[in-house]
Amino acid sequence: MSTVIEVSGLSKRFGKVVALDDVSFSVGENKICGLLGRNGAGKTTLMQLLTGQQFATSGTIEIFGRSPVETASVLERICFIKESQTYPEDFSVKHVFTSAPWFFSGWDASFAEQLIDDFRIPTNRRVKKLSRGQLSAVGVVVGLASRAPLTFFDEPYLGLDAVARQTFYDRLLEDYAKHPRTVILSTHLIDEVSNLLEHVIVLDQGRVIIDGAADDVRSSATTVVGPRGAVDAFVGDRAALSRQGVGGLASVTIHALTSDERHAAGDAGLELSPVSLQQLIIHRTNSSSREFEQSA
Amino acid sequence: MDAMRPIFIQIAQRIENDILSGALLEETQVPSTNEFAGFYRINPATAGKGVNLLVDAGILYKKRGIGMFVADGALARIRANRREQFRDEFVRPLLAEAAGLGISRAQLADMILSDTNKEEGVA
Repeated sequence: MSTVIEVSGLSKRFGKVVALDDVSFSVGENKICGLLGRNGAGKTTLMQLLTGQQFATSGTIEIFGRSPVETASVLERICFIKESQTYPEDFSVKHVFTSAPWFFSGWDASFAEQLIDDFRIPTNRRVKKLSRGQLSAVGVVVGLASRAPLTFFDEPYLGLDAVARQTFYDRLLEDYAKHPRTVILSTHLIDEVSNLLEHVIVLDQGRVIIDGAADDVRSSATTVVGPRGAVDAFVGDRAALSRQGVGGLASVTIHALTSDERHAAGDAGLELSPVSLQQLIIHRTNSSSREFEQSA
Repeated sequence: MDAMRPIFIQIAQRIENDILSGALLEETQVPSTNEFAGFYRINPATAGKGVNLLVDAGILYKKRGIGMFVADGALARIRANRREQFRDEFVRPLLAEAAGLGISRAQLADMILSDTNKEEGVA
């Protein structure tokens, strides 16, 4: 399997602010990869670096084997849908879809038309008169219909309603199946996209804290619930990702258990529940910030 | 469906369930990986892992250039596997819950028998 993105020791500082701190990871060809993390974690900065729109302070980036900065052969294969898209002052929606094919050789006009219909985008309206959700929909259509070999979506659906988001997921999966490509999806709606992902990268305070196959990450933790004494005895000296209690009940999230361990928990009268990707990320990004405060 | 399990295993189980229920017959074609992915709204690679699990278990087989088919004898194989797991997955939790509620083994046996009689009465 070939690698589309290869990042090594990447750091980016804005003055005293460290936006990215020694980030290394790689993304394989034709994977849908989730880039997740809290506000200010460095997701957008990372995508700007990957698309050659910012200069790295240190470290290296290879996209399709080459540095993206000023490299036309790399940039023409990238589509980057930003959270806040800006278009020329007088642009109508029609102008957007007329000009998009100039930049993307894989542009599929009939697919674009179908998507415009699906999202009910008013094509004669001026872009600046669109609602927040409609503006997001324009970006989603450009991102999907461009069929760029490497597509970035940065929070693609601000203001999109639940129906439109579902349409986005469905069209993305359908079209990805027919035209495999590498998709980097950055979002806060982790539960909604969790099952669409093959690869998950989680940033926290500029560092990579999770990088792995989505299946592995999703099953990497479990929550043990039961009477406090029994839970504590079972958890023992296992590392706890989070701990909660109410009255005599305790709920502790720990790393995944083997099937023998699950039976042992059942025999001890404990309840096991799965930890969703979203919950896992909340646990992981919360605990590291606590450690940070303690050490500071 | 057991949410503790990875999604690809859940997909494999759903296909098995369809074979058990007769919705998918032996020697008939099953939907493609991409169709499963679209239907369950999951990544095609995840759906593919579930399908491959069943290929490795001899439940499905690939006809080159055509697609995936339910293997001859798949139904019997799934039944045998599920029977082996029945005690762990159903009987043990049942006994644990009954013990917690103070239901004796004799009372439990009575419940099972009376329920069986009802079902047989209907049938």
